[in-house]
Amino acid sequence: MTAAVDVLFIALGAFVGAPARFLVDRYVTDRTQTSFPLGTLLINLSGSLLLGVLTGIELRGHLPAELTALLATGFCGAFTTFSTWSFETVRLIEQGETTHALTNALGSVVLGLLAAGAGLALVLSL
Amino acid sequence: MSLSAERSAEVGALPVDPDVGGRGVAAGRRHGAQRTILLAVAFAGAAGALARYGIGLLLPWGAAAVPWSVVLINLTGSCLLGVVLVLVTERFPRARLARPLLATGFLGAYTTFSTYAVGVDLLLRRHDFASAGLYCGVSLVGGMVAAILGIAAGRFLVHLEARVDDQLSS
Repeated sequence: MTAAVDVLFIALGAFVGAPARFLVDRYVTDRTQTSFPLGTLLINLSGSLLLGVLTGIELRGHLPAELTALLATGFCGAFTTFSTWSFETVRLIEQGETTHALTNALGSVVLGLLAAGAGLALVLSL
Repeated sequence: MSLSAERSAEVGALPVDPDVGGRGVAAGRRHGAQRTILLAVAFAGAAGALARYGIGLLLPWGAAAVPWSVVLINLTGSCLLGVVLVLVTERFPRARLARPLLATGFLGAYTTFSTYAVGVDLLLRRHDFASAGLYCGVSLVGGMVAAILGIAAGRFLVHLEARVDDQLSS
């Protein structure tokens, strides 16, 4: 596959993934009354699970390169976000909410690894 | 004023949720504005993802177990998000599209959590625990240090501008 096709599919996947993150985050934020960034956590966990599944399929050699670009690099890459996560952790520290900050930092890593690992294991065990 | 805006005003003006322009702010506006914001996030998100792809091409993983291009992307993105959010909140609060374009769209899509999580898992599956720990730790600690530096840089720029303004007017 040429780089030009890659670019097209990645852009298309991100064109959907980024606004999907915005909408999911707003949906969660509007319905919760906590300073804990629950929306970002749910986004990163579901995106990691999905990318785990896709990577498993790719490792099995069953994922066309176009779908890797569209769904993995494009959608999952743009749907999940690292910068918001680290910013929100620092914001919680500045506000003196150390427990929330620690829960957000370590909880995201542990649960994120578990979600991605579950997706991978699910496909690779089939 | 929205609830989140009030709360962030109390604590040194860091916005509560960088991805959402404040509780109910977007929801209360006309559908046209809502559509414009979604389109801004979508287009800037596509640009951010392509920037991530481009850096990956320029800095191939090579023989290294840890994908340093992903680390670089996530750390630079965390730093820039700090700068952008401080400037948008404290200096350009009326620039409505600045945050959807630069923060939620571009930097949100440029950085990625899922690639990081799957990458660490793949190293763990290969029993390369040293590389997995390095990738995991450098990203976690580095991302927070980068965000702190970015926020500090943003505040410094705002402070600098205020000082220049003071000196010009006196």
